Amino acid sequence: MLTFFAKRIGWSVFTVLLATVLVFSAIQSLPGDAASQILGQNATPSAVATMRQQLGLDDPPVSRFVSWLGNALQGNFGNSLVSGGSVGAEVGSALVNTSLLAGITIVIGVLLSLVLGLVAGLTRDRWPDISISTLALVGMSVPEFVVATVLVLLFSIYIPLFPAVVIAGQNASVAEILPSVWLPAGALICVLAAYIIRMMRTSVIDVMDSEFVRTAILKGNSTPRIVFKHILPSAMLPTLNVIAMNVAWLIGGVVVVESIFNYPGIGTLMIRSVQTRDLPAILLITVMSALTYVVCNLLADFAAFLLNPRLRYPRSAK
Amino acid sequence: MSSMTTTAAPASTAPGSFGRMVRSILKSRTATFGFALVILNILLALLAPVLTSYDPIATDAMNALQESSGAHLLGTDALGRDTLTRTLFGGQYALAISFTATALTVLLGSVIAGIAAYRGGIVDDIITRVLDSVLAVPAILSMLVVVTIFGTGPWVIILAVMVVYTGGVTRIVRATVMDVLPKDYITAAKARGEGMFSILAREVFPNVLDIILVEFAMRASWVVLLISSLSFLGFGASPPTPDWGLMVAENRNLMSVVPLATLSPIVALATLIVGLNLAADGLAKSLGVDRMKEVLG
Repeated sequence: MLTFFAKRIGWSVFTVLLATVLVFSAIQSLPGDAASQILGQNATPSAVATMRQQLGLDDPPVSRFVSWLGNALQGNFGNSLVSGGSVGAEVGSALVNTSLLAGITIVIGVLLSLVLGLVAGLTRDRWPDISISTLALVGMSVPEFVVATVLVLLFSIYIPLFPAVVIAGQNASVAEILPSVWLPAGALICVLAAYIIRMMRTSVIDVMDSEFVRTAILKGNSTPRIVFKHILPSAMLPTLNVIAMNVAWLIGGVVVVESIFNYPGIGTLMIRSVQTRDLPAILLITVMSALTYVVCNLLADFAAFLLNPRLRYPRSAK
Repeated sequence: MSSMTTTAAPASTAPGSFGRMVRSILKSRTATFGFALVILNILLALLAPVLTSYDPIATDAMNALQESSGAHLLGTDALGRDTLTRTLFGGQYALAISFTATALTVLLGSVIAGIAAYRGGIVDDIITRVLDSVLAVPAILSMLVVVTIFGTGPWVIILAVMVVYTGGVTRIVRATVMDVLPKDYITAAKARGEGMFSILAREVFPNVLDIILVEFAMRASWVVLLISSLSFLGFGASPPTPDWGLMVAENRNLMSVVPLATLSPIVALATLIVGLNLAADGLAKSLGVDRMKEVLG
């Protein structure tokens, strides 16, 4: 078991590294670099050349990547090519804001969808299931920007409960941002919940068909006991993967929603950094997103391992 | 299945099972509804030039911001363009790009998956690791980078979709191909001395066609979503293209004046994606594929 997880962790580190290499190489081929972006269109070639030298853009790509990696491993991700400030601090504060948004979305979204999925599965093909499944289908089928637009229309224009856009800047405190979190979170929950509800419903139905649940019913166990002791843990198992995928998706999925609400998070920063070719910022965002992706997958594997006794015995390693 | 002769393909995709598939889809009301929605979308898009006499991009300042009327059934936008016309032509654009992008993605992913699974060993390891790393980069970031490198245009968006989704398709198809490879009819083909591509094309792919079909229907709904989001953010279609995502972005600030200009593309987008989702569900059920397993890719 230890070797299994050691291997998985090793591959995860490798995946993050490779993702960074891919993004680094892709950015290299962008037309125009940070130097010309900073100086604008009317800059003289010699000014651009000087700027390039100052920013270290003239070194060969491989040596730049190696020196970036060396510094990054010591926690120094360089300075933003655009603002000049530390990328670590900039991405860090955006990440705090996004974590707040993602945290609220995950806690409410996952709990809500587990309950709804369970109810739908238990009342298969009757009206609670039909209404929940229809809602989930709509949630899957309507883009985030539409959900967000509708929410703004309903809750900040018709019923002015929440602000339509975030006015607080990049360095606003959590208390300043909190009132503006709810609408973006609502939009994200709609999308996140749809897949988890469907998965939960499917696995609850599968588990209810299984023999051990039939045995539990025939033994005369009470319904709550069967639901919570037998159905819920087994149905959670396949759902964990979907939850992990969706949580990993969130860090990219927030981009659209953040940009609609002008929310000062990682998504807004991502769009701006690509537009300005701010390589250090893009690389750090890539590292953080890839880390989230592999950690979510590792956690799902680990949780599946804890929940499923069959996995505890060594099988052929994958 | 084990009692079947070694060269016969599994029943689900054998020739002649198409009729059975159609019948099993027609038996499910939701699947029929889904296919009907998709077909309706395709028909409306194809018939757009017949159904309306307006030009989707020509502006008409005299008739800007009109409410629904006899001349403009769904009103006009800020530049006086007929909303119904733009929504219909938007369907052409959305369907053409999304279906091309999805088809190419599924094709490329399947070929890569076939090679990875067939060759195995180091080739398989390298392909799997590289694609896994691509999946670790958020989809929107990959797309933004592709769009910034190559500029805008339909082919760039198609390329961006391929970068984002090929990894997922490969992962799913590879797992299915792995199940098929140990079968006797593959061994027989190898013994006959057939090459890798001939075996993949003639023995392997016909037998994983059900997975590939479901994969296509499901990815198509995601691709429509992704492309419209990209346009909405301003990185996809450029004005004055009648793109649904772009139309929502252009008109949502005028929602209190001409709500139909925003609602029409939203309704069109939603019906197409609901249709694709229901169709994918129906296809998966009639082919006996576990669709939720597919989502994990």
